[in-house]
Amino acid sequence: MQDALFYIFAASTLICASMVIGNPFSRNPVTSAMFLVLTIASLAGLFVLLHAFFLAAVQVLVYAGAVMVLFLFVIMLLDLKAEERRKVKKFGVAAGLVCVSAILGILLASIARAPVDVQENPSLEGGTVLLGSLLFRQYLLPFEIVSLLLLVAVVGVVLLSKKELK
Amino acid sequence: MHITLQHYLTVSALLFAVGLLGVIVRRNLLVIYMCIELMLNAANLALVAFSRFTNNLDGQVFVFFIITVAAAEVAVGLALIVALYRKRQTAHVEDLTLMKN
Repeated sequence: MQDALFYIFAASTLICASMVIGNPFSRNPVTSAMFLVLTIASLAGLFVLLHAFFLAAVQVLVYAGAVMVLFLFVIMLLDLKAEERRKVKKFGVAAGLVCVSAILGILLASIARAPVDVQENPSLEGGTVLLGSLLFRQYLLPFEIVSLLLLVAVVGVVLLSKKELK
Repeated sequence: MHITLQHYLTVSALLFAVGLLGVIVRRNLLVIYMCIELMLNAANLALVAFSRFTNNLDGQVFVFFIITVAAAEVAVGLALIVALYRKRQTAHVEDLTLMKN
């Protein structure tokens, strides 16, 4: 059952991800964003299969919720119509395919060759209790620094969005 | 066949490759940005898989931080794109050739 679910979620992740970059029916950024939502939802499914329940919830809330709303908001704001008239450059696509398949080959070869030194029956579950105690004990300093980072991002975005940049 | 760490890492590598291809091939700034998110998510999947199969929660804490930083990064990046659009009326990388020649 779990194996079948893994294959279903993995296939839907990869198919939706390729739809983000090259949808044969539409070049509209809004469709790309919608397929990105589907990709992220199937990734959350993979996280559940890996027993990372809290991260699956965070993935759906933060990525599929907040980040994608931001993306769609900006797409609607910019009103991008010119994209559909442009042609894809054949040479660019070919060069990109060559580069990416080379990198993918290296990655897959090293994954296949890597020594398998893992637990036979993993039992750890990423629930809120364990993750919370880790975050507030061992990783307290990075946690606080992240809050500072978010503050800096808020100030930066407000500054960038002002009417005239100086 | 049982699902092992290798399966998850392969999915992660493929997802990363798809994102990289999108960054190289697409010419729309917003779509390039989405592809960067895809690559970040591929890294997240690899980290969670390692965390599960080595019985260690540190990887999941790391992914938590990555998601937070990615949210901040998206906000700043989109603000930059909006500022750029306001100045140049385009979100297309081929029109942004200020540094060329």
